[in-house]
Amino acid sequence: MNTATKAALDASGAAPLGARAPVLSLNNIDKVFGRDVVALKGMSLDIQAGDFISLLGPSGCGKSTALRLIADLIHPTSGSIRWQVEKTPGALSVVFQEPSLMPWATVADNVWLPFRLQGKTRTSVKDDIAEALELVGLENFHNAYPRELSGGMKMRVSIARALVTHPRIILMDEPFAALDEITRFKLNNDLLELKSKIGCTVVFVTHSVFESVFLSDRIVVMAARPGRVIRELHVNEPYPRSEEFRTSSEYVAHCRAASDALRDAMEEHA
Amino acid sequence: MTIAEPIAELPQIDEEEAQRARRRRNEKIGSWVLPILVITFSIWIWDRIVVWNELPHYILPGPGRVLEALIEDWAILFDSLLVTLQITFGALAIAVAGGVGLAVLFTQSRWIEMSFFPYAVILQVTPVVSIAPLIFIYVDSRLAGLLICAWIVAFFPILSNTTMGLNSADHNLRDLFKVYGSSRWQRLRFLQLPSALPYFLGGLRIAGGLSLIGAVVAEYVAGTGGIGSGLAFRILEAGYRLNIPRMFAALFLIAMTGVVIYATLSFISHMALRKWHESAIKREA
Ligand SMILES: Nc1ncnc2c1ncn2[C@@H]1O[C@H](COP(=O)(O)OP(=O)(O)OP(=O)(O)O)[C@@H](O)[C@H]1O
Ligand SMILES: [Mg+2]
Repeated sequence: MNTATKAALDASGAAPLGARAPVLSLNNIDKVFGRDVVALKGMSLDIQAGDFISLLGPSGCGKSTALRLIADLIHPTSGSIRWQVEKTPGALSVVFQEPSLMPWATVADNVWLPFRLQGKTRTSVKDDIAEALELVGLENFHNAYPRELSGGMKMRVSIARALVTHPRIILMDEPFAALDEITRFKLNNDLLELKSKIGCTVVFVTHSVFESVFLSDRIVVMAARPGRVIRELHVNEPYPRSEEFRTSSEYVAHCRAASDALRDAMEEHA
Repeated sequence: MTIAEPIAELPQIDEEEAQRARRRRNEKIGSWVLPILVITFSIWIWDRIVVWNELPHYILPGPGRVLEALIEDWAILFDSLLVTLQITFGALAIAVAGGVGLAVLFTQSRWIEMSFFPYAVILQVTPVVSIAPLIFIYVDSRLAGLLICAWIVAFFPILSNTTMGLNSADHNLRDLFKVYGSSRWQRLRFLQLPSALPYFLGGLRIAGGLSLIGAVVAEYVAGTGGIGSGLAFRILEAGYRLNIPRMFAALFLIAMTGVVIYATLSFISHMALRKWHESAIKREA
C-alpha cells in the first residue's frame, strides 16, 4: 500500500511538470518609493503554470511590493511585467493578510463580489458561488454574516472569493499569519488540496520557513535594503503533501536549507 | 470539579452567573422604572412648590395648570406643532440630500473637497442666530427662510460623518475592487456607500435634534407670526401675554418632539445595522 501511494504521489507530482507553460514574467524590476526608498532592485521572476511560489524574506524586503506590482496596483519604476497568457477579468485574484470581507454582506454575497463587479447577476453565477464555498468547506454558511464566523472561517471565505472566478494566478500576502498554528496547518493542507483540484498558480508571501517549505515547489528568498532576490530554492517533493511530510527527513533538510538562505538574507544588510 | 459530582446538578448555573442574570434583569427594569420615578417625583415637587409658596400662575404654573393649557389650547398648539415638524423634517430631508450629495462629490474629487470644505466649516461655526436676520432680509418666503436656517444647523454633521464614512472603506477591499477592474460607480455603490452607512446614521441622529433646534431658533429670529407659525412663535406670543401655562405646554411639546425624533432615528439606525455592525450588535446582547 505504501509503495502504491508513493507511486500515485509521484505520478500526480509529475503531471503539472509536463504541462509547464509561462504565465507571467517579471524582468529586472526596480521599484523606488519617493526619492530614495528602494523597495525592489533588479527583481526577475518567471512564473510557470501550476507553480506554487513562496516569497520568503525579512520584513521590508519588498514581498508585498512584488505582489502589488504583479496585481497591477502599482507600477514598476523600471523593468517590465509581461503576461504570457491572456489577462481576462478574474484571471488574477488576491488574498490579503486580513480576510477583508464586506461585513454588511453575507458569505455568499462576499463570494459573489468578483462576478458582481463584472456585471453578473447572482443567479447567473450561483453554481460557481456554491462550488467555491464547497471547496473551502463552507457549504452550510451561505447566509451567515462575517461576524458570525471564526478567524479561520473568514479566511476560507476570502479564499473562496479568490477562487470563484477560476483565476490563472492567485496572489496571497501572508494569508494565515494572523491565525493560530492549528488553524494555519489545517488551512495549509486545505490550500494544497484546493490547488491540486483547480490547478491554478499561486504566489504566496510568508515569513515562515516551515510554511514555505510545506507549501511550495519554489522558494524565492529575498533580502532587504534594497529589496532583492538572493536565492531560489526548489522543493522537489511530490504533491499531494500529507501531514506526514511535515515530519519527514526531506522536509527537515529543505527547512534547513531555507533557514540558511534566510539567515544569509538577514546578514547581507546587517 | 470531581467526577463524583452528580450530573443532575450540572445544568444549574453557579452563584456568580445567577447574580449576573439577576443584575441584568434589575438593570433592565430599572432603566424604565427609575426615570419614571424621577419624573413623577419632580412633578410632585414642582406642584408642591407652587402650592406651598402660593405662586401665581403667571410666575410659575403648576403641572395641572400646564396640562389644562395643553388641552384647552390644543387646536392652536397642534397646528403650530405641525408647522414646526414640517420645518424640522423639511430641513432634515434637505440636509440629508445635500450632506450626502456633497460628501459623495467630495470623495469623487479631491479638488472639489479642497475648494468647498472650508466653507462648509465656516457655515457650521457661524452661529445661526447671527446669519438668520440676513437670510430673512434676502429670502422673501418665510417658510424658505426657516428651512434654510434649520438646514444650516443640521447639514454639517451629515456632511462630515458621511465624508469620513466614505473614506473609511477597508483599503484591502479598495485594492481588491481595483484588481477586479471596478468602475468608480461600482466602488461607490458596493463599497463606499455601505461603509459609510454607520457613520451617516450617527450623523443623522445628531442632525435630527439639530434641525429641530434650528427650526425653533430660526422662528425666534423671524419673530413675526400669525397663521402658519410654529411652536417657537407660540412661546414668544405666550410670553408677551404672560400666558405662562401655554408657554410651558409649548415647551413640553418641543421637548417631546425632540425625544421622539431621537428615538425614531435611533431605531432606524438600529434596524439598518443590526445584522452586521458592532454598534447595533452590542445593544442586542
Ligand atoms: N506606498 C509606499 N510608500 C513608501 N514606501 C513604501 C510603500 N510601500 C512599501 N514601502 C517601503 O518599501 C519597502 C518594502 O515594503 P513591503 O511592504 O513590500 O515589504 P514586505 O516584504 O512586504 O514587508 P512585511 O514582511 O513587513 O510585510 C519597505 O521599506 C517599505 O517601507
Ligand atoms: Mg508585506
